[in-house]
Amino acid sequence: MPDPVAQEEPLLEVKNLKKYFPIRRGFFKRIVGYVRAVDDVSLYVKEGETLGLVGESGCGKTTTGRCVLRAFLPTSGEIWFRDPHLGKVDVSKLDEKGLTQVHLSMRMIFQDPYASLNPRMTLLEIVGAPLRAMKLAHGKELEDRVAEMLGLVGLRPEYMRRYPHAFSGGQRQRIGLARALAPYPKFIVCDEPVSALDVSVQAQILNLLRDLQGQMGLTYLFVAHDLSVVAHISDRVAVMYVGKIVEMATTSELFASPKHPYTEALMLAIPLPDPNPREKRILLTGEVANPADPPKGCYFHPRCMYVKDICKVEEPVFEEISEGHFVKCHFSKELSLGGAVRISR
Amino acid sequence: MPEDDVLVEFKDLHTYFHLAEGIVRAVDGVDLTINRRQTIGIVGESGCGKSMTAYSLLRIVPSPGRIERGEILYYKPPREGASHNITDVINITKLKANSKEMRDIRGNQISMVFQEPMTAMSPVRTIGKQITEVIELHQQVDKKEARLKAIEILARVKLPKPERTIDDYPFQLSGGMRQRAIIAMALACRPSLLIADEPTTALDVTTEAQILELMRSLQEDFGMAIMYITHNLGVIAEMAEEVAVMYLGKVVEQTDVKSIFFSPLHPYTHALLASIPQLRDAVTKVDKARRLQVISGMVPDPYTRLKGCAFHPRCPQAIPGTCDQVEPVAIQVTPSHLVRCHLYSPAP
Repeated sequence: MPDPVAQEEPLLEVKNLKKYFPIRRGFFKRIVGYVRAVDDVSLYVKEGETLGLVGESGCGKTTTGRCVLRAFLPTSGEIWFRDPHLGKVDVSKLDEKGLTQVHLSMRMIFQDPYASLNPRMTLLEIVGAPLRAMKLAHGKELEDRVAEMLGLVGLRPEYMRRYPHAFSGGQRQRIGLARALAPYPKFIVCDEPVSALDVSVQAQILNLLRDLQGQMGLTYLFVAHDLSVVAHISDRVAVMYVGKIVEMATTSELFASPKHPYTEALMLAIPLPDPNPREKRILLTGEVANPADPPKGCYFHPRCMYVKDICKVEEPVFEEISEGHFVKCHFSKELSLGGAVRISR
Repeated sequence: MPEDDVLVEFKDLHTYFHLAEGIVRAVDGVDLTINRRQTIGIVGESGCGKSMTAYSLLRIVPSPGRIERGEILYYKPPREGASHNITDVINITKLKANSKEMRDIRGNQISMVFQEPMTAMSPVRTIGKQITEVIELHQQVDKKEARLKAIEILARVKLPKPERTIDDYPFQLSGGMRQRAIIAMALACRPSLLIADEPTTALDVTTEAQILELMRSLQEDFGMAIMYITHNLGVIAEMAEEVAVMYLGKVVEQTDVKSIFFSPLHPYTHALLASIPQLRDAVTKVDKARRLQVISGMVPDPYTRLKGCAFHPRCPQAIPGTCDQVEPVAIQVTPSHLVRCHLYSPAP
């Protein structure tokens, strides 16, 4: 595999990341197997861009996002991050001190705005927490910084004495975002940030994320299951299936000419807000493979409509078939698959 | 449309919740007609009253909510083999929630599929027990026959190996399979109306596509009407023939599915359609900084009652002096297009 980014060094580069969760059974809690939540994932995110990570539930997209921040300790693999203070570091091998430091520039926003804010803390305490913990600001200075952050996310600074219960879902998501932004980070993992919100509020948050990216030079890893949302916000998209990335390309290329049968099926399955019947429709049969006991060969072969003998025995490699377009399929060059949309209407 | 095609008619339905903090007007004057064999999509954001409208129809509004005024007329179709061809009209709001008549309708003639496939079934009883219970309750059959009927209906929803799955507990099935079992339970008595309250929201897209396909084919076979409640406009486009858009307890626009997407009238429908990210734009995206249209402001809190049109504070086309004062009435713009908005009222 040629070096994916020879011209520009990415802000984050993940190499062969694995996260296995042990399955324990019996009186002695013997390990009887592993759930391969993330199984050999490699990806990179360039500075200032948004990489969308999509897949169905249980495919390991959230676990990947959490491993990148070391919220989970990876089983193996490397996570190279260019930290503005520490320089280029492997996050998977950092000690506690280094980790605390790197967490100022790598942050996270969460899916559930009702569970991710402590109901007993005021906004000042919530948003100011990372600054106080690192002794970056206190007293009046802290208040000013919190006021600035609340202003950035579109909330009134007067709200800082209030508690989270006084806010709606969309506003809570803004509070979570203000907390993430407080130490002026470089990189944010957004874990399904809009999936709990109504469409009109979802649009507000997506616009806000976009505006802030421009203003503060942020880089996002955007984890979501909704393809339309991911397509809207991302520059590039990676598709995961049972712990592995099966395809990664720029958004327009992925949606116009997917090269992996799973990507095609996923795109043709989304209900489009257009009552005209579609030209092509694929209905996947069966269910997502069990990550504790995945099938042999290509994990997707039991559901794939283009399956051939080799798919059942040999696992395909994740290779770059054209510039910046990576696919994990034996027949990526031969298949002609349908994209999500017809470009000419 | 001929009169005898109507199945359910909501007339000025009000369902209120009297709470210590104030009155929540969950359903605040809904007028809606559901025809036989028709799929009607009810779309709106959370809190717009779409689920409560359905709960009112089944008389399962949770306490302290109650139907304040208005009527729900159910035009009971004659059962197969009946000598006469006259439909009974039942006013559901006049029945007692636990009366014999109501129990004969609920789960039998009108049934419902709920959102959460994980919680809609009892975890301690097998799927078979739960389905045969419905059959035994509403049909004059013995246990053995009920079980055969249950297996038959499970096969119809394409649950693999129904003779064996019938003795499984819900936790042994995946989300998609459980939703199939729930649909089977709802269809066990061949209802004339199936209410589907966000049945695929908790499912993954590939599973969702399977369930939508299943519901379409079952409707062809069974010929029931479907009241499909969802916030997802994509699902509406796939499933519905007729669409009602709800905002704050009222139907603000009702017409056929093509008109909703291609020539919407109400400003709220416009705004809702503009705020969803479109896949087409992702491919043809020219401007990287393209933004989504947003509806300014938020849904007001449920205790306040706005004067005039409920949407006026967020409406870009609000007419000062009219929209904030006078409540708009439903206007029939074309025979099949209803809208509640002053922009379309004939000049006085």
